[in-house]
Amino acid sequence: MKRILTLVVALTIASAVFAAAFDYGLNPRKIADGTYVLIGSTEDFSIANGGNIVNVAFIVTSAGVVVIDTGPSKRYGEQLRAAIRKVTDKPVVKVINTHFHPDHFLGNQAFADVGIAALPATIQGIQTMGGPFADNMYRLCGDWEAGTEPVVPSRTQGEGVEGIGDHSLEFLALAGHTDGDLAVFDRTTGVLFAGDLVFFDRAATTPNANVKVWLESLARLKALPYKQVVPGHGPVVDDARAIEQTRDYLTWLENTLQQAADRGQDMTEVMATPIPREFAAISLVHHEFSRSVTHLFPALEQRVLGARK
Amino acid sequence: MRWGCLCLLLLAQTVLAAEGRDPLDSARWEDMRKHFFPGQSVVFDDRVKVTAPKFAEDSMNVPVLVDAEGLQDVREIVVFADFNPILKILEFYPEQAKPFLGFRFKLQQASPVRAAARTADGVWHVGGAWVDSAGGGCTAPGAGRAAGGWEKLLNEVNGRVWTEPDASRRIRVRVMHPMDTGLAPGIPAFYIERLVLKDEAGKAYLRLNTFEPVSENPIFTFVLPASARPSGMLMLSGVDNNGNQIAARLGP
Repeated sequence: MKRILTLVVALTIASAVFAAAFDYGLNPRKIADGTYVLIGSTEDFSIANGGNIVNVAFIVTSAGVVVIDTGPSKRYGEQLRAAIRKVTDKPVVKVINTHFHPDHFLGNQAFADVGIAALPATIQGIQTMGGPFADNMYRLCGDWEAGTEPVVPSRTQGEGVEGIGDHSLEFLALAGHTDGDLAVFDRTTGVLFAGDLVFFDRAATTPNANVKVWLESLARLKALPYKQVVPGHGPVVDDARAIEQTRDYLTWLENTLQQAADRGQDMTEVMATPIPREFAAISLVHHEFSRSVTHLFPALEQRVLGARK
Repeated sequence: MRWGCLCLLLLAQTVLAAEGRDPLDSARWEDMRKHFFPGQSVVFDDRVKVTAPKFAEDSMNVPVLVDAEGLQDVREIVVFADFNPILKILEFYPEQAKPFLGFRFKLQQASPVRAAARTADGVWHVGGAWVDSAGGGCTAPGAGRAAGGWEKLLNEVNGRVWTEPDASRRIRVRVMHPMDTGLAPGIPAFYIERLVLKDEAGKAYLRLNTFEPVSENPIFTFVLPASARPSGMLMLSGVDNNGNQIAARLGP
């Protein structure tokens, strides 16, 4: 008993020291030639994880480093940059934000000297929502977010292929998870960086979603000759599983909400819908389904009630 | 003196014991009881089911379902939130309808939302649920205020009636209205006060008194039992606190 108590005390002190250092413990994992990922947890934002629930990636090309998303806080951005420095001496030459959600761009401060590129809708989203997002992240993650300020991307990223050093990168201007979702397909390595258009074993989030458009974007991603897919959340896969799981879940979500609206169900009744077995093991699926009802059901029920607006 | 204290303490415990311990353990319950049910008998009763999400994803639109069908002879249902700046959300008189009601409301901070159902014997039966919130539901202007143009649709009604396999009727209805609380800077309170559902013969099936915390463009779900046989179409009528009238027929 005494030994357990000592262990508990030791662990408590250790975790306090760990938290005090605000160290995300970022450890880039190489998945292809010059290609590194930092895989976050599949939890919700919390003080325990400091907001590190997101996947971030970078590609070391012969001309310099390309960074895909900057993480949930200033500290994360700084630690990401330090982690890149440990891998290569090459300078960071390009940084993109895949979309305007806070876990993907609040590390921008650490890359402000490089300049950040994003789709026009993403730039607009960060302009209007950056401040409220940063405030809310502080509420959810506490001092992990100390000093974090939104940095609006200064460059517009368009669709098309760019040769950067020895890598040929295809930028795809898509939408559906938000109004602007940038995916990057590295034609040199076959790695597809899908951003939050793809979730794997972590339920998709829909606060700014258009499910029909999202499904069209997934069809386009699925047709690419990829060898690996890096989802926005969840583990990297070397097959179509992640894209298909996201597609199947969103299809079920849309059909379920439409049928509920047609039957005249109230929002709380819809929230009680059982989750089918094939999705039951997906992290946070009950929580995100309930949130999605709030996001998506009002428009559907209004159409059923015959409203003009 | 010491005995006096003890007596008061015992008295307080007796009062508490009459209704039982607040299952939601809210620091505001005693105030709620005094405010809403002075001198009346109150019991916590899980036959009054209040369903709401644990967290308010949208604090301007927190969905709630009240179901008191487990009780006989429900005459009135009062819904309130302990920690909202305006406590009372609505009063529902089911009359011919089932004691069942879906609606959405604005939540300012984490709070219990409670439904108290008064039965024919005068006893209030209280059920409830905690809803957590990031805050701001009551003091922020509504979406229509931000977007503009709400006045063009004021009091427009959209609704539908579904006849269920058991011949009961489910009614869902939305009224376009800003439902301003008066707590957002520069915007006075402006909200629907009364709604009545009647048939073409003028028979009333349910009445609803609504207050500021009901969500913008309120949407309600009601159920009429198979025994209620409306003559002709159902009609929703009502009035807001500026005297603007609401009147619409509801079809299938």
